[in-house]
Amino acid sequence: MAAPKKSVAKEAEQDKGGSPPEFTRDQELSALRDMLLIRRFEEKAGQLYGMGAIGGFCHLYIGQEAVVVGMQMALKQGDQVITGYRDHGHMLACGMDAKGVMAELTGRRGGYSKGKGGSMHMFSMEKNFFGGHGIVGAQVSLGTGLAFANRYRGNDFVSVAYFGDGASNQGQVYESFNMAELWKLPVIYVIENNRYAMGTSVNRASAQTDFSKRGISFNIPGEQVDGMDVRAVKAAGDEAVAWCRAGKGPYILEMQTYRYRGHSMSDPAKYRTREEVEKVRHDQDPIEQVRNRLLEAKTSEQDLKAIDAEVREIVNAAADFAQHDPEPDASELWTDVYR
Amino acid sequence: MPIQVLMPALSPTMEKGNLAKWLKKEGETIKSGDVIAEIETDKATMEVEATDEGTLGRILIPEGTADVAVNTPIATILSDGETAADLGKAPAVSAPPKASESVPPAAGVEAPAAAAKTPAAPPAAVAPDPEIPAGTEMVTMTIREALRDAMAEEMRRDPDVFVMGEEVAEYQGAYKVTQGLLQEFGDRRVIDTPITEHGFAGVGVGAAMAGLKPIVEFMTFNFAMQAIDQIINSAAKTLYMSGGQMGCSIVFRGPNGAAARVAAQHSQDYSAWYSQVPGLKVVSPFSAADAKGLLKAAIRDRNPVIFLENEMLYGHSGEVPKLDDFVVPIGKARIARAGGHVTIVSWSNGMTYALKAADELAKDGIEAEVIDLRTLRPMDTETIVASVKKTGRAVTVEEGWQQSGVGAEIVARLMEHAFDYLDAPVARVSGKDVPMPYAANLEKLALPTVAEVVAAAKAVCYR
Repeated sequence: MAAPKKSVAKEAEQDKGGSPPEFTRDQELSALRDMLLIRRFEEKAGQLYGMGAIGGFCHLYIGQEAVVVGMQMALKQGDQVITGYRDHGHMLACGMDAKGVMAELTGRRGGYSKGKGGSMHMFSMEKNFFGGHGIVGAQVSLGTGLAFANRYRGNDFVSVAYFGDGASNQGQVYESFNMAELWKLPVIYVIENNRYAMGTSVNRASAQTDFSKRGISFNIPGEQVDGMDVRAVKAAGDEAVAWCRAGKGPYILEMQTYRYRGHSMSDPAKYRTREEVEKVRHDQDPIEQVRNRLLEAKTSEQDLKAIDAEVREIVNAAADFAQHDPEPDASELWTDVYR
Repeated sequence: MPIQVLMPALSPTMEKGNLAKWLKKEGETIKSGDVIAEIETDKATMEVEATDEGTLGRILIPEGTADVAVNTPIATILSDGETAADLGKAPAVSAPPKASESVPPAAGVEAPAAAAKTPAAPPAAVAPDPEIPAGTEMVTMTIREALRDAMAEEMRRDPDVFVMGEEVAEYQGAYKVTQGLLQEFGDRRVIDTPITEHGFAGVGVGAAMAGLKPIVEFMTFNFAMQAIDQIINSAAKTLYMSGGQMGCSIVFRGPNGAAARVAAQHSQDYSAWYSQVPGLKVVSPFSAADAKGLLKAAIRDRNPVIFLENEMLYGHSGEVPKLDDFVVPIGKARIARAGGHVTIVSWSNGMTYALKAADELAKDGIEAEVIDLRTLRPMDTETIVASVKKTGRAVTVEEGWQQSGVGAEIVARLMEHAFDYLDAPVARVSGKDVPMPYAANLEKLALPTVAEVVAAAKAVCYR
């Protein structure tokens, strides 16, 4: 196999030097709209949780929107996506209907899993979204299996397996890395490093905190990416996708990002300061970055407000549906155990 | 005094082998460590090394002899000063010679050569099998071959079916169940994995979610403990959690239950564990025909299937119908022996005890009806209940532990569905409530015995 690839990461860093390649106006607008949809959706989900309409665990993606939106811009129809439990953003980015996602959060029959999966377990075969998995790290082996299927069928699709800095310490991640490189499977491992695995900071849990290096002993190239800048994410995604589609095996992208909200809704937030959160929000917010660039490029406030309005309407309609859709019929208890 | 060389056992389950070739002639000098002969089994070829020094006095089993039982004397070695005239003297028995496989044994699996206890081949079914049309030609084959043929037939039939696991390809299977598959289907479809059960189980489930139909071999189900999260949380539950959108057509197969003399970590019956989980189907055949027909059904099934084989049974032969497409439906028990006095329910290697006990009981005038469950989930309650309504008495036999075992489940179902028909409390014969010991005598005590089954059957018959 080709000589690795430290060089790849290095070159990429050098290439970046300053700022990543510019987006076209259409790309900026599309990224803004998709990130806003996730943000507003998650804010609404937080509200509904507070009202008791959503039960159980609910992990919000607020702050990390640029990661999935930028990656999605690098993929093509037929590529597969799989992630862990912080999954609402990924579903919306894959084009899943906000109503179906929100109704699943409220446990209603119109939810993507007919109300039987909840926040952490939603799927859409149509949109090639393979979940939504609640066991930390499981999606990494499963996503490697999706890539295995692509390789087996001889198509050129790639699979993207998202996981966090916490999941990065699970054993099966490395079992998967080994097989993926051994068999040259077209899988992109996107490590969303949001600095905290639940309440444990990266420094307290990881001996190697540069997650792009986690594939070195398997010869998997890796790259650290500014996960708050959607353009940087897209550029790195393009590179990784090209690598995988060319049959060169897996690729690791460490997305340096940040979640503004707690791990889940019941997070005491004692492990970091309010100032830290405020500083990231103020300096690096992924949505504000795009909005500011658009304003600098003379996009009118009115155009941006139109996007805001469209997104709010989608989210409000989803929330309305999710609260009024009936619960699943009692007979659904017994369905879908076998097929 | 001349020393006898005995037919060696290579694995705990080897019962006999073919003497393929003598590499030394009568009269040749032999040093300890010399390879004197080659032996073949259906699993492997091995070399017989001399452990004693002297002259090869007489070859007792000529080369080309098939089915030589383990521990049969195959040659005599004369020590210094002894001549052919000494051959008539009562020979000292040499320790079984060391044997080494031509391929290295898989780490942690092959136990040292031992005279394995050998359950008799399963007797022919008394009741005709409804899956087999009358007049069908039958072929005798080992369970190992039946399983291999099932996989090969399904792989020919469906290009989405593939096999993955440790040593399934180049090595031809740690227990030779995948023998020949690599040669027929190539390394795209017969895939050697690293030793990484958790990881490759997850890869298999992911491939199944993408629509392929993996057969994931675990070298033994003991090692599947590393992978049980992916089996339960990912394979079994996803169809439900996705509201029916995304299922998983996958077979997890491999030897389960007690092997011989490999101690606690390599000898455990997982029947009860997996049979508790909705979303899984759990199959565990006893006969060669069922091994083939049920594995084909499992591969075609659109749900995750746990297919529990038994190492002790791999080498056993049975009759398999010669049909183009012999499939045994999952979820149907089989009456292996008809009788009216007591119902004995078992599956897999437990059937060995059950059928032998039925023979013993018949001598005392007790006719036992023996039911081979074949599938543990969904369990064929109907067949058990129908039998107990006839006999009024029941005994369950399993190698696994008693607490929360499959026997306990059967007892509960009989309480629920046949309480008024029971003439005695149902008895359970099971593995003892201890980790499996290594010592031969303790191991025997830990497993169920024919005598225990006979005693239990008599007890419920108040005899």
